[in-house]
Amino acid sequence: MGHDAIISIRGLRNQFGPQVIHDRLDLDIYSGEVLGIVGGSGTGKSVLLRTILGLNKSAAGRIEIFGKARSEMTPEDAHAAERRWGVLFQDGALFSSLTVAQNIQVALKEHLHLPQRLMDEIAAIKIGLVGLPPEAGPKFPSELSGGMRKRAGLARALALDPEIVFLDEPTAGLDPIGASAFDELIKNLQATLGLTVFMVTHDLDSLYAICDRIAVLAEKKVLVTGTIDEMMTQEHPWIREYFHGPRGRAAMAAKSVPMRS
Amino acid sequence: MAGAAQSEAWLDVSEDASSLMLRPQGDWIVRHADAVDKALQAIDPYGRRAATFDLSHIRKLDTTGAWLIHRTSTALQRGGAVVTVAGASSPQATLLHAVAKADQPMHATRPYGNPFVNVVVRMGAALEEAGHTLRDLVAFLGLILETLGKTLVNPRRMRATSTVYHMEQAGLNAVPIVSLISFLIGAVLAFQGSEQLKRFGGEIFTVNLVAVSFLREIGILMTAIMVAGRSGSAFTAQIGSMKLREEIDAMRTLGLDPMEVLVLPRVIALIVMVPILGFIGAMMGLLGGGLVVWMELGMSPQMYLVRLNEAVDVWDAGVAFIKAPVFGLLIAMIGCFEGMKVEGSAESVGQRTTASVVEGIFIVIVVDALFSIMFVKLGI
Repeated sequence: MGHDAIISIRGLRNQFGPQVIHDRLDLDIYSGEVLGIVGGSGTGKSVLLRTILGLNKSAAGRIEIFGKARSEMTPEDAHAAERRWGVLFQDGALFSSLTVAQNIQVALKEHLHLPQRLMDEIAAIKIGLVGLPPEAGPKFPSELSGGMRKRAGLARALALDPEIVFLDEPTAGLDPIGASAFDELIKNLQATLGLTVFMVTHDLDSLYAICDRIAVLAEKKVLVTGTIDEMMTQEHPWIREYFHGPRGRAAMAAKSVPMRS
Repeated sequence: MAGAAQSEAWLDVSEDASSLMLRPQGDWIVRHADAVDKALQAIDPYGRRAATFDLSHIRKLDTTGAWLIHRTSTALQRGGAVVTVAGASSPQATLLHAVAKADQPMHATRPYGNPFVNVVVRMGAALEEAGHTLRDLVAFLGLILETLGKTLVNPRRMRATSTVYHMEQAGLNAVPIVSLISFLIGAVLAFQGSEQLKRFGGEIFTVNLVAVSFLREIGILMTAIMVAGRSGSAFTAQIGSMKLREEIDAMRTLGLDPMEVLVLPRVIALIVMVPILGFIGAMMGLLGGGLVVWMELGMSPQMYLVRLNEAVDVWDAGVAFIKAPVFGLLIAMIGCFEGMKVEGSAESVGQRTTASVVEGIFIVIVVDALFSIMFVKLGI
């Protein structure tokens, strides 16, 4: 794991009207790591994700992406940054009027000039990489199950071979078997492609299974960051509750007895 | 055959009698895939005994680059060569392995088949669909009447707030646009009519033309078309998006009847409001016609009213008032029916909304024609 931050956030402030979501929030994302973001409902995990992606304008603070401050980015810089990241939204957010294969090709068509034959081959490889059968390629998103839509969304996020992928609750809404399989997939892809992964999650099993580092959002900022073992020793009441509660203990037990293949 | 040096990815190819040496250079990533793809396509995969990919000079490799290497080696193997991949770093080897595992033939879209057969198939499917729609519409009308009957027996079941809300949305808020359009059409009709009637000195009958056509037909027809476009579509979109978010299912599990909660208030609102809007439309049309008659023919407003009185009898307006509630019922019915048929994706909401407007206007005009025949036969 390299120790250069590819995204660094300093003094971020987000507010909607009088309601302050983030205040003086600092966070670094290092190259090659899997960073899990946890926090209670309403602590602004998704808002943080959207702010990094530029879908939400922050009230104050500095966000550096690939060494460039977002506020100083020209539209061309932003366009270049978009080619270097991939995003998986909660329910895939696939374009419903395009087939899965065409969804994957959207970014390829927008950013590059490749022959259609090569784009079809690339789409087929991405579909294979995320573990979907080839029959999924010509299907429309409405014909897929929730788990398959997530895989297809991940394939679309990987279309340009990004350096970093943002995952918004990747395992939410999946059954436990599907969720572990998805964890496994992210872990494998991360190892194979050398990805940096920024993952908003509620799934304690995911945190144990694949996250190198965890950042806890509470009290409008990133309260602590650290490995899962470091989380276990934290004294903050919410963190204690989160990691030592019944679900936390169950996930830890599952981790110590290696049931996952 | 060295690749173009200015691109950031290229391929060095050297070969002796029987073996081929391929040395990828630079960044073999998706951004440079086009150049690399062309270079690799130029290699003839047949008739070689051995080929080697030497990856030791490659700077960057991503899944697309790995796929291109994999594709070429499989093609060479199929052509009869023994392919070795040398000099790959451990992450590169992992990537190549993963891509090899993910290799699967795939279609990006469904095969289209024979276009002539497709046209026939689509026509048949459309016809069948139209038949089903007609059948379901009749069933839906029955459901509405049943719910209406139940509500009449037990008026406390009626959703008064919702009904009044839709009366405001579909009725009151439509007054300005219905008025404006009717006024303009009345003016245009009087203007064009008087031009034609002048030719045989019958311009005085412009009043009859405007009065009878507006009171009998145009006033209510324009209103109905406007309501179909404005409110029928809104009903479809509202109910359709509720259907998508499973709100309708939630309602059913809570023991609420969507027919009673969603459909009936909208139906009642339009049954009540379309006649009122139609009346306003007719009046505005007469106003527009009167203004033109005054300006063009110099007929004073008093004279216009006298002529109007002579030109129309009470049945001219009565006919419109018989038709209007039926139009209201049909528009609301189709709007709600199409909303209930939404399923799957947001795209479906759009399709259904379009269908709702088209069907709404279509059925209003068809029923208007039937009414015309009926009134002629009845002699009113």
